[in-house]
Amino acid sequence: MVVSTTSRPGAGRRPASPGGPPPPGGLRRGIADRVPARLRRLALPYLLILPAVLLELLVHLVPMVIGIGMSFLKLTQFFLRNWSAAPSAGLGNYRVAVDFDGAVGRSLLHSFLVTVAFTVLTVGLSWLLGICGAVLMQGSFRGRAVLRALFLVPYALPVYAGVITWSFLLQRDSGLVNHVLVDQLHLFGERPFWLIGSNSFVSLIVVCVWRSWPFAFLVLMAGLQNISDDLYEAAAIDGAGWGRRLRAVTLPMLRPVNQVLVLVLFLWTFNDFNTPYVLFGKSAPHEADLISIHIYQSSFVTWNFGSGSAMSVLLLLFLLLVTAVYLVATSRRRSDA
Amino acid sequence: MRRRKPYLLAVAGALVLAATACGADDSPSTAGSAGGSAAQTITYWASNQGTSLENDKEVLRPELDRFTKETGITVNLEVVPWADLLNRILAATTSGKGPDVVNIGNTWSASLQATGAFVPWDDALLKTLGGKERFLGPSLAATGAPGQPPTAVPIYGMTYGLFYNKKMFEEAGIDKPPATWDELIADGKKLTKDGRWGLAVEGASVSENAHHAFIFGRQHGAELFDASGKPHFDSDQETRAIKQYLDLMAVHKIVNPSNAEYANGTEAVQDFVSGKAGMLMWQSIATQLKQAGWSEDDYGLAPIPLPDPSQGGEQVNAMVAGINLAVFKTAANTDGALKFAQFMTSRQTQQNLNKAYGSLPTVTDAYDDPAFESETVKTFQQILSTTAAPLPQVAQESQFETLVGNAMNQLFADVASGKPVTQEAVKAKLTEANQQMGG
Repeated sequence: MVVSTTSRPGAGRRPASPGGPPPPGGLRRGIADRVPARLRRLALPYLLILPAVLLELLVHLVPMVIGIGMSFLKLTQFFLRNWSAAPSAGLGNYRVAVDFDGAVGRSLLHSFLVTVAFTVLTVGLSWLLGICGAVLMQGSFRGRAVLRALFLVPYALPVYAGVITWSFLLQRDSGLVNHVLVDQLHLFGERPFWLIGSNSFVSLIVVCVWRSWPFAFLVLMAGLQNISDDLYEAAAIDGAGWGRRLRAVTLPMLRPVNQVLVLVLFLWTFNDFNTPYVLFGKSAPHEADLISIHIYQSSFVTWNFGSGSAMSVLLLLFLLLVTAVYLVATSRRRSDA
Repeated sequence: MRRRKPYLLAVAGALVLAATACGADDSPSTAGSAGGSAAQTITYWASNQGTSLENDKEVLRPELDRFTKETGITVNLEVVPWADLLNRILAATTSGKGPDVVNIGNTWSASLQATGAFVPWDDALLKTLGGKERFLGPSLAATGAPGQPPTAVPIYGMTYGLFYNKKMFEEAGIDKPPATWDELIADGKKLTKDGRWGLAVEGASVSENAHHAFIFGRQHGAELFDASGKPHFDSDQETRAIKQYLDLMAVHKIVNPSNAEYANGTEAVQDFVSGKAGMLMWQSIATQLKQAGWSEDDYGLAPIPLPDPSQGGEQVNAMVAGINLAVFKTAANTDGALKFAQFMTSRQTQQNLNKAYGSLPTVTDAYDDPAFESETVKTFQQILSTTAAPLPQVAQESQFETLVGNAMNQLFADVASGKPVTQEAVKAKLTEANQQMGG
């Protein structure tokens, strides 16, 4: 059983005539009977997803469109009560955001680069830990279920509870991390800071990996369940060792799972707001100034919602681009194979 | 026949959804009225003045009950932490759905006034509170831009002072609080030993840092905004002022570097109250001191040292801090809200609440209570009426707090991790903050 079941029969076909939902009167039995049976059959899947599509529009698309609209306005505190009175900024907000010689653009670029580095490291480490965990726990042994449950705890904990605990652990004077590293292991002469300065970047990655690797673990574990034992047996008969089996059987078979997993992890990590916000509060250290917090700062805290929206739109465009390139690249390679 | 059922179900689902979506659009006019008993209820967002949100509820509840007894209006109280308060107010302003009455930090007055969200207190309306004359001048000056009717009325008066631990001073052989900056540094050095420090600061708190940037900036003669309202955060005077503050940790080493992590606005106070630091430049901390069992035998309050008059600058050592009460224009029960403002500025309520919080009544007739005769309150009162300056009452004030406060957070972080922080580094950070103000 392969996981990817993207195309369903019928999903690609179009209805014969421009149908859409019939008028509300169509609920009445007489009219419903008059709609040709063929049309009804073809329209059914569309009608079934219609509520979901409408909800999706309402919950996701409408705010996004409003956000895009806001990005063209000079929306400051003077117009909060009545957005329609806000003067148009044209492309001004965008120009400021991408003017890398100016203070706003420069700090946005800095924040963007920090976020890229952070995302690459976090996704890489999470995936690595996830695959290690999943592969090591593939065979059954005593206590596997307990260990598995234990590994999933960070993912099951509410973000706030988990991250605020980390922020206590990482405090310089009273945190457990420094107590262990400095007082017991004597690794540092001076107590290092973990929540400010350059170490804050490391702390952020550690906390984020701690939060997101169980998800990678969970998904990869599910993916491993789908690999037939026959393949391993065949490989073993051919004399393949553990490492060879991993490279020749496990990883290729996990390919479709990995494709989705890495993308999802990337998007979640890139956009992560909760972790840095709970860990550092409203003003993140310069070295760990993730873009989500940065945009929040630019809009909410300095009350310039137009500028914040413009940055969000830029971020959205970037993520769309990355996603598109990624999907094209990975599916082409798959069809090549 | 079997096929029709899901078909109809889908259509019905879509219709229900469309209907609820429309329904949501119709409702704003009636939202916030909280059912039929609206006339008898108001919603009040209080700021966190006590040791905890719970503590605030305990302090406020008897007063609110008294209000209900007098007017028949029930008060839905919510105490909002400082970290959320401004955002919540902005969200309420944007959506038009919020409480009837809200506490604001008085430094936000002009910024929030510019949003037009609050009921302006013109002379006629102020008469219902007993008129302008009843309020203390400095507190009333921090209620909005000059020349416009205030959009909030002061309820708690506060300002900055230098708290000191009498026992630690005695042990270090210091017989009186410092009166000059040199004395403050010298005393701090004497106090700094055996894991104790001279002074505690909230080094990662945006608002504390911004307040100190303002106070010391004035001491050096800096003007944050010029007459036309343009920001000038990076003047030489402001740079020197901030450097002087940072140097308490960087050069004089009388502040624990760990303080650069303190962000939530309680940790420096905790250090002072637990005897880890001998001095603290802060507003009223009456509830915290009370909880720690301290009396005026244990601590003293002095004005923050003034600059040497020969060096120029201004004789300012504090800001006019405090809490104002504002009524939302969108209040579901405006009459009730205005009555509540009357109640909160009445003599009795002023005495009870300011006594509990250790803050100063903002109306002159409330001072006849002996509780306001204590040394601490008298010192605060003296500072507020003579050497405290209000923050610039301009619409961009809150942006100043955020940007400069943030810049100082980063500077403190640099200092704490041992990076040399020069005059140029401070100026560069301030210039960056200034540029972010945009046009």
